[in-house]
Formats: sequence, structure tokens, C-alpha cells
Amino acid sequence: MSTLAAVVGVGQTHHRAKRGDVSMAGLLREAVDRALADAELTFADIDAIVIGKAPDLFEGVMMPELYLAEALGAAGKPLLRVHTAGSVGGSTAIVAASLVEAGIHERVLTVAFEKQSESNAMWALSIAVPFIMPVHAGAGGYFAPHVRSYIRRSGAPTHIGAIVAAKDRQNALKNPFAHLQNPDTTVESVMASQMLWDPIRYDETCPSSDGACALVIASESAVERSGIKNPAWIHGTQMRSEPTTAAERDQVNPHAGREAAAALWKQAGITSPIDEIDCAEIYVPFSWFEPMWLENLGFTEQGGGWKLTEAGETAIGGRIPVNMSGGVLSSNPIGASGMLRFGEAALQVMGEAGEHQVDGARKALGHAYGGGSQFFAMWVVGADKPSH
Amino acid sequence: MTEAGTLHAPMKVEFDYTRSLGPTLSEFMTGLKRRQILGGVLSDGTIAVPPPEFDAETYEPITEMVPVQDEGVVQTWAWVPEPVPGQPLDRPFAFAHILLDGADRPLLHAVAVDSADQIETGLRVRAVWADEPVGAITDVRWFEPAGDAAATTPGQEGGEAVTGIISPVHLAYDFAASPEESKFFRGLAEGKILGQRCPTCGKVYVPPRGACPVDGVPTTTEVEVPDTGIVTTFCIVNVPFLGQKITPPYVSAYMLLDGADIAFLHLLLGVDPADVRMGMRVKAVWKPRDEWGTTIENISHFEPTGEPDADFETYKVHL
Amino acid sequence: MRDVAVVGFAQRQMKEFDGSPTCVELLVPIFAELFEQTGWTKSDIGFWCSGSSDYLAGRSFSFVSAVDAIGALPPVMESHVEMDAAWALYEAWVKIQTGLVDTALVYGFGKSSAGQLRRIMSLQMDPYTVTPLWADAVSIAAMQARSGLQGGAWDEEQMAAVVARSMSDATDNEHAIRAKATSVEDVLAQPVYADPLRRWDCAPVSDGAAAIVISAADAPAFDRLKSPAAWITGIEHRIEPGALSNRDLTVSTSTASAGAAVGVDGVDLAELHAPFSHQELILGSALGLGDDVRINPSGGALTANPMFTAGLNRIGEAARQIWAGSSQRALAHATSGPALQQNLVMTMEAR
Repeated sequence: MSTLAAVVGVGQTHHRAKRGDVSMAGLLREAVDRALADAELTFADIDAIVIGKAPDLFEGVMMPELYLAEALGAAGKPLLRVHTAGSVGGSTAIVAASLVEAGIHERVLTVAFEKQSESNAMWALSIAVPFIMPVHAGAGGYFAPHVRSYIRRSGAPTHIGAIVAAKDRQNALKNPFAHLQNPDTTVESVMASQMLWDPIRYDETCPSSDGACALVIASESAVERSGIKNPAWIHGTQMRSEPTTAAERDQVNPHAGREAAAALWKQAGITSPIDEIDCAEIYVPFSWFEPMWLENLGFTEQGGGWKLTEAGETAIGGRIPVNMSGGVLSSNPIGASGMLRFGEAALQVMGEAGEHQVDGARKALGHAYGGGSQFFAMWVVGADKPSH
Repeated sequence: MTEAGTLHAPMKVEFDYTRSLGPTLSEFMTGLKRRQILGGVLSDGTIAVPPPEFDAETYEPITEMVPVQDEGVVQTWAWVPEPVPGQPLDRPFAFAHILLDGADRPLLHAVAVDSADQIETGLRVRAVWADEPVGAITDVRWFEPAGDAAATTPGQEGGEAVTGIISPVHLAYDFAASPEESKFFRGLAEGKILGQRCPTCGKVYVPPRGACPVDGVPTTTEVEVPDTGIVTTFCIVNVPFLGQKITPPYVSAYMLLDGADIAFLHLLLGVDPADVRMGMRVKAVWKPRDEWGTTIENISHFEPTGEPDADFETYKVHL
Repeated sequence: MRDVAVVGFAQRQMKEFDGSPTCVELLVPIFAELFEQTGWTKSDIGFWCSGSSDYLAGRSFSFVSAVDAIGALPPVMESHVEMDAAWALYEAWVKIQTGLVDTALVYGFGKSSAGQLRRIMSLQMDPYTVTPLWADAVSIAAMQARSGLQGGAWDEEQMAAVVARSMSDATDNEHAIRAKATSVEDVLAQPVYADPLRRWDCAPVSDGAAAIVISAADAPAFDRLKSPAAWITGIEHRIEPGALSNRDLTVSTSTASAGAAVGVDGVDLAELHAPFSHQELILGSALGLGDDVRINPSGGALTANPMFTAGLNRIGEAARQIWAGSSQRALAHATSGPALQQNLVMTMEAR
């Protein structure tokens, strides 16, 4: 790697079901302007822009970055548009980081967004294809059978998903940007909510949100020249993909996620993730994915994820706090959700996470996945420069 | 639709998008609803129509708006000999950059003339307004040559500010199945379930694939599999959604047919959802033969056979 | 910067591809051809990156199935841009520069014939004030062409000369869709279609897929490479404002600045991605290419323009000329967006 890179600015919108007060450009700028202000920079300081979002059909605009060039301050600069399904927010941040790490740019602005209220995600993801049986019922319909498989394989008690949902919704109360702000959510209330895609209950699903997230990533020399004293140094980035369906493909503990995590820990010089990572922002759009990904990421052995959740170890103050921000379960502007995980991880090690700050967080994981649990993007950020 | 080619079918992608506008565009659209065209004042003092939301030089929001005329001059134009659905006119017309009086940058819109020789750069044109403007760029139906007569369209009083627009995006595609899938769907039209074996790993794919996802080569050897198998895993769909064709609640299950190495999603009926189990033995229930086509929907659904469940160990690698 | 070369290129182009919008059926033989050219196998590829469009396919996540063509178990390091695959190549080149990987296979695909291309492309315009008018891609290009014609930036004969040269050169390109020995007079004798454009001024609607292998010079697999190398000496891209009224449509400032950043001195050949004849004239001026530079020996995009692949094809075609020894220093260009909004310039040389 030619140079170190660090996150020096993080910005996000107030995520809501419908941000009727802004256009798409306005939504993006809310996040971008906050990220630039956080980094103490202006558009003039930015060398390149990397933008990510989920399918164009969500907003009905083909490659919206083209029309957004002025609003993003991109005119005259290089602009890249990444699209890797639900992992896109993470992959986009990784592409931006690579532009700095490769020594090509000093300061890169990266932004991811979704304005889901422009259409309907269930529609966009379930458009009937000729000849095929239309049983597929949105993302929940896709993932629910695999959650059932996890429960069967691991022997987890059925209330584990509710524990995750109640924890993340309570965490969201400490995050002023989070979409869902429901103080009354408890394990019992989640268990009592409607079964949508059995075994997934209504309160165990993510909302549909309008929102955006932006990061400014700078080189080591640019950090030194800036006034930023608490950058989030990037210790490692990894992406892995595998096919949606394949004979004997493991959909519960996907090979691609395991391999990406193993490569990431190695790259970041981490031998025992649960001991060395202080907190994690993990892409959990349906509550059960918390224990599933804890295992997939190697925080615990197979079948052990739910035990960490049940023991409260993933709550703030636990052994491995997960989704202190409220996570995807509390805000889900799809294309931005991955970048929010990456950005929230950065905020933790920058010590800027406010009420949902984990005390003394020095190393954090940001994680995103997409497609049929087949695209993975993750990074480790730290308060200190990587030592290896 | 011959045996040699692949199966084709029309596919529609249609949604009426609801766009919120934000302050700048909201003011512009509200103006249109009142039959008034507003320009945005840029940082260099020039006036652009429509107003950009952000200034390209300072990156600041455009906040100052001024009215411009609904009449102006063609700067450049293109003839549209074969209009496509949704365009302002359904007969040949011109798209043009029109510099409205009072503006410094042109507006892109349609000009209604009967032939390309009736339009030229420098032509004065005037907006033709919709009878009932709603606050959208299409409130100007098109422009027409201004002629000598004075403008006659009066402005109209306000009503509420426009905060959103509805933008229909209706697209039609010709969907084609891959050659391998086409064989599968044609087999179904004869009541057969045809899989194919990957020549490298030997796994049987149902439906067959243009590329074995493990080996990247097409599946080849045809393997007919029976319409019996097991449920590997499933969910019970209770949620209604737009475009849904089956009324909930229903069981959506992965069916692993006997002899296949991969499961596919289908409907499971004929059993109380609460009684569905992983490993349950099932059999296809076909629609009446005269309703068959080249589609998986020939199989109306699956239902339990009543045989003993498969042992978890026998199918756990398929989860 | 690490030395990186283009070491493999394969393509398919056709008027109407009779197969699935995922184009897996095209990608499988293309990948096989690349492994044949390079002598490598799947495990020699460190990174996979593709470019395609959901709106071309008419469905969300249309690129997902294309991963099957890789044979992606064990999993692969992979990414995707919603852009022409030339930008996927850029992402891959950057990834190699970080040192994380040494080699990459870049691919693009698209089935334009599945929908009404010029209408679908109007979804690239401002969604509030332009797309509701369905300002189609041909009309936008025609307005651009007239701007230059009436301002004296170019004339009809120059446009016709581009068409005649492209179609004539394409007779040597087995992948071309529109190829015919043609003169300027032949072109001018054609009826005007979208005034001021003739049909031959506009790229034909094309389906296709293409892929390129790039490798660092210090990649462990480089010594086993069977194919020749075209060394990348520069790669840059820029975007311009989205609002057409915010640009002078008769010039390409983004191409000019990307060209200046890579340096075009000594270039003897250029493959320019110009889907409309007048756009080649704009690009040539922006890059300052002299009369001694051979332009589009493949016939260029006017003779086949598979969306999301045609830019990558320019890189492949330029590399082929270097491999064949017919160019010492070649330039390749890719474009994206209405009226040349976004442009990428890359130079390669023989060593």
C-alpha cells in the first residue's frame, strides 16, 4: 500500500420514512455538507468523488450521479459510481479509500444514498419476471427461510431475534439521526408484533428510509496538514463475492463473508477479534442476522452467536457492542446503510459518537453485505495508525 | 418462438415515482402552476431556467428567483421524427434549447411545428400552457412559433405551494430466458422437469444454468427429475405488497427435488402453515394440462405426500 | 505507481442478442477466450470488476447473475460500477496500485435491444425538469450536433467523413455491426433522420459483452503470461455538469483535462468512444490529436456501440494495435452520460 488513509469527516442525514422537505440533491447535500464541515474542508479541497447507491429503479433515475454532478461539486473532477447491491455503501467507501491508499488522491469525498420514498422497495425488488413463479416476497421473503435454517442449525431459542431488535431500537434513542425512535420497544413488544415472514416478525425488520451518508477520506500527509486530531485510520478493507445460488452453497454462514473476515483480521493484524475489536457496526436488516454474522465474522464459533446476544454481550457495555447507532434495524436508506456502518465505526474511534459512544473505543469494525448474502464489504478503523 | 431460439416474453417495469422537491424546485414548480416561469439567479448574476438547486461555482443553494417571460428564441434544436411514448407530442416535433426573454441560459423543451423546415435557430416561440397546470414542467405543453399575435394566456392565482411531483416511468422490455432456461420451460410445457448436470462438478441444476455458479461453464447433460422432493427450508408470507400475485398468507418454500442438487422456491399448500416442517416430503400439483405454458407456473403448488420427513443430516448441506 | 499492462481482450457484439439480459451466455466464452490468450486460470485473477446498467436490463441487481459466469466459489474479490466497464477497469487499476491485488479481469455487458434504448436513456436527464419530457438520447445528440454546425465548429462534410472512414474501416472488424466501404458522397446522399443527424451519424443499437485482463509487471503470474502486454502510461477521467445549459456542448472540457493529465504527446493511434459522428470531432479537438494520429481503426462506436461495454472495447482495440506492433503509443477513450458528459482517457505503449 502506497500510503495510509483515514476518515477525517463523517456526515449523515436525519433518516426518515419520507424526507418530503428535500429533493435527492438536497438529501445528499445534507450529508455531504456535514461531512465536509466535520473534516474542516470545502468542496475546493476535494480531489475526487465516489458515489454509491442501490438499484436505480428505486428512484427511477438512470445513473443519477450524472444529473447530480453540480450538487456534488463534481464538475471538472473524477467521479465514480459504485453499485454492489446492499453492500454498496461499504464497497463505495472502500473504493474511495483505495483512491487515497494508491497514492492517486489526497482527499476523496464519498457519499451513498437512497430516497426510497420516491418509489417502493418491495416493488423494485419483486418485479415479476416472465416464466418464473412470483413467490419471492421482497427481501424479507428471501431471507426468512435462511433465518429458519440458522435457528434449526444453531438450536437458538426463538426470542433471540427479539433481543436484537429491542437492543437496536433502544440504541437508536441515543442517535438523533436514527429513523425509528420508539422508546417503548422491548423484547416482549417485539415478540408480540405481527409475524410478517415467519419466522421474522414486523419489529424484527428494518424500516424503509430516505437518507444519505458521506465520508471524507484523506491521506496520511493530508491528515498531518489538517487540523484533524482524531482521524479514524483505516487498518484494512476487504470485499468478497459469491453466487446467489449454487449447489450446496451455505446461505447461513456464507463462505464469502468468512473469507473476507479472515482476510480482514489478518490485514489489520488482529488475532482474536472479540478481544481486539472494541465495537462493531454490522449490517443487520433482520434481527437474526446479528448472531449469524457474529459467527460468520469469527467473533465466536459456529452456533455461538446467539449466546453472545442472549448474554447481553452485544449491548453497549458488553464484550462486543454491536450497532450502537441503532443499526439498519433503526434506519435503512438501503444504498447508504453500508456506509452508515462504516461511518459509525469511524465515529466510535474518533470519539464522536455522542450518546452512543462506546467508552475508550480504539478499534472498530464496519460491515455490509448484499444480494442473497453473497456480497461482503468490511473495514477496520482505529484511533491509532496501523502499527504493522 | 422456435425451438432453436430462446423463449421471449414482454416484461413491464412501471412505477409512478413520487418526487419531493426541496425549496428551489418547489418554488419553480409552484410558479409553473401559476403559469409563471421562474429563473434562478446564479452567483455570477446570470439567470438560469430551470433554476439549478445548487450553484455550480459556489456550491451554495440557489435561493433568489425572478420571473422570466414565457416567450423566447430557439438557440439550437433537433427534429424528432419518431416520437417515443411520454414525449410532449405524439407527432413529429422538435426539441429545442429556448432562451426565454429575461433569462441567460436556455430551457430544454418541445416546439410544435409540422415539419423541420418550419423551425430554425432564432425562431421566436411562445409557451402553450396546459388548461389546468399542476406544478410540473409539463404544465408548458410545448412551445409554438410566436407569430405576431400578443400572448393570450393569463397567469392564474396560486393555490397551495407545490412540494412534489409524480413522475411516471413506464418501460416495456422484451425479456428472454437463457438457452438452458428455455429448455427447462419448454420441458415444463410437456409436464417434464428437466435439469442439467455441470460437466465439471457433476451437480444437477434445476433449472439448468448458463453457467454453473461454481465452475463458470454451462450445465450440459440433461437430467429429468421427478416432481417429488423435500422442503429444505421455508417461510410463511403474511405481508401484502405491491405487485404480489398470490394472496397471503402462503408458504414460500425451497423445494429440493429428488435427484437435484439445488432447491428452488415455490408455493406449498394443502397443509396448515403451522404444520410445515423442514425436511417434509412433497409432490408437485400440476394445473390442468390445457392451462400449461412454458412456465414454472404449470406447477400450481406443492403439497405434502404424507411420507416420513427426510433426516436433517441428509439435506443440511442444502441450507 | 506500479507498472500495469493490458494483457488480454475478448469481445462479442451483435445487433440483437438472443439470450438473457444477464449476458452470462456471452461472458462464459469470453472468459474462456481470455484464459486461452493469457494461459492463466481463474485462480490467477486477483480482482474482478464489471460495468453494466439495471435500466438496460429492466431489473434491479441485474449484475448479480453475471457473477455466475466467473464460477465464484471459492469466493472472489469483486466489485461493480453502474458505468461503462472502462471505469471498472479504472477501479481495478486503482486496486492494483494499492498493492492489495496484482491482476484483474474487467468485464462489461448489456443488452440494449431488450428495451427502447434512446427512450430509456432519457432517464439520465434531470428527473424533475427534463426526464418528464422524455428528451431522448438521439435528440440530445442532434441538438449538440446543430450547435456545432451553426457555430462553425464543424460542418456536414466533416461529419460525413467520420462516418465514411468508420464504416469503411469496420469492414476489417469481424465484430462490427455496420460495416461497408463508404464515401463521403454516399453518406451525404443518405436522408436526414433526426435533423441534422442521418441514421449513420448515430451508433447502431448494439448488444454485447467484453472483457479485459490487466496485470502488474511484478505479479507472480506475469512470468507465465502467454499474451503480449500493452503498458498503461496514464489513465484519468472527469465529469462535467449535468445541466446541458451549463455546458458549451461544442467542446469537451472533461476530455481535454483528462487528456492533459495523462499526456497525449507521441500518440500515433486513438480509439475514441463517439456514439455520434460529430462527437468524434469534439473529442479529437479536445485531445489536440494531429492529422498523423490514426483514429478508430476498428470502426469505433459508430459501427457497434454495445452500451456499458463500448468504452472498454476502445481500450481493448487500442491494446490490440500495440500487441500487433501497429502502434507504439495508443490512446483509448470512453464516454458516459448525455452529450459526452463524462470522459475517460487512457494511454498505452509498447515496450
